[in-house]
Amino acid sequence: MASKLTIHFMPYDEISSLSGQERIKKLLKMILGDKIILLQGRLKADEEARLIEDTMVMIGHIRGFKGIELAVITPNKNITVFDQFRKGIAKMLLGDRDAMTVIGPASIVKEIKKDPSKIELFLKKV
Amino acid sequence: MVLKIIKDFVKHVIGRIFSKRSNVKLGFYGPPNGGKTTLANKICKDWLGEEMGQASKIPHETREISIKEKVNITYKDKTLTFKIADTPGIATKIDYEDFLHFGMNKTEAKKRAREATKGVIESIKWLDDMELVVIVLDSTQNPYNQVNITLIGNLVARKIPVLIVANKMDLRKSDIKSIEAAFPEYPVIGISAKNGNNIEEFYEQLFEMVK
Repeated sequence: MASKLTIHFMPYDEISSLSGQERIKKLLKMILGDKIILLQGRLKADEEARLIEDTMVMIGHIRGFKGIELAVITPNKNITVFDQFRKGIAKMLLGDRDAMTVIGPASIVKEIKKDPSKIELFLKKV
Repeated sequence: MVLKIIKDFVKHVIGRIFSKRSNVKLGFYGPPNGGKTTLANKICKDWLGEEMGQASKIPHETREISIKEKVNITYKDKTLTFKIADTPGIATKIDYEDFLHFGMNKTEAKKRAREATKGVIESIKWLDDMELVVIVLDSTQNPYNQVNITLIGNLVARKIPVLIVANKMDLRKSDIKSIEAAFPEYPVIGISAKNGNNIEEFYEQLFEMVK
């Protein structure tokens, strides 16, 4: 029997108007639906920490939920000072859209291996 | 001669009074099994004569924050007082079945997993209380783990200084250069908390950061 794996691409616009808590709720809801999310951009540092905290709470309360695998890939930092400044302003106004975030349920994604420019997803056998 | 002894004594006493900062809150953070407790134990053993907690090969051995108050560390005639916090390892997933491989029964493994999830939450909450954080990484592992990046991001956002320790340098697979390459903006010190290798360099860097 063939098994299905859903990868959901989420443009940053889909979460840009949401509060931090709403963003996390939305992501966790999709993860509970056994989806792997490819999010354009990345969460703020405090949102990432909050995502880990909420994940830990859910492990204790939702049967079969074992947590998440998470990786963020960011573009090359070797850019000019002017470009850094320009990107900093854009990030402040529009959020960090340059990065790519991969989040999946640990029950499906065994491991995400990352080096600076590459992400490898190791899936569990179903 | 007597005058020199008096001068040295006064210099030493006055120097100690002014160089002693009270209870710098120093947190040991990182993923499970990096060696946080082994390093905290080494420091406490060196300066208090007693260990802080139990280290183990089983992940999530530390599941509650452990605190040691008033740890006086002296480096090159300067003494600093630290309040040391050894924290549970931060992870994004905890599966009780992983603990079964270490000989635990299902009930013990589930209990450990439950306590470990609470420990992660507690570690994150305590970040706000720290004045200096040492991130202890296993130098035989890939440093591009999102937990490390999220942790550093949160410390930067809180303006808390970060010192990265590349632990387990005594192991053949240890790769300190990969940790330096992953976090070029931060000081990285390679040590072996277990054997005490390079611990003097660690203290030197610690004192440099508390200045």
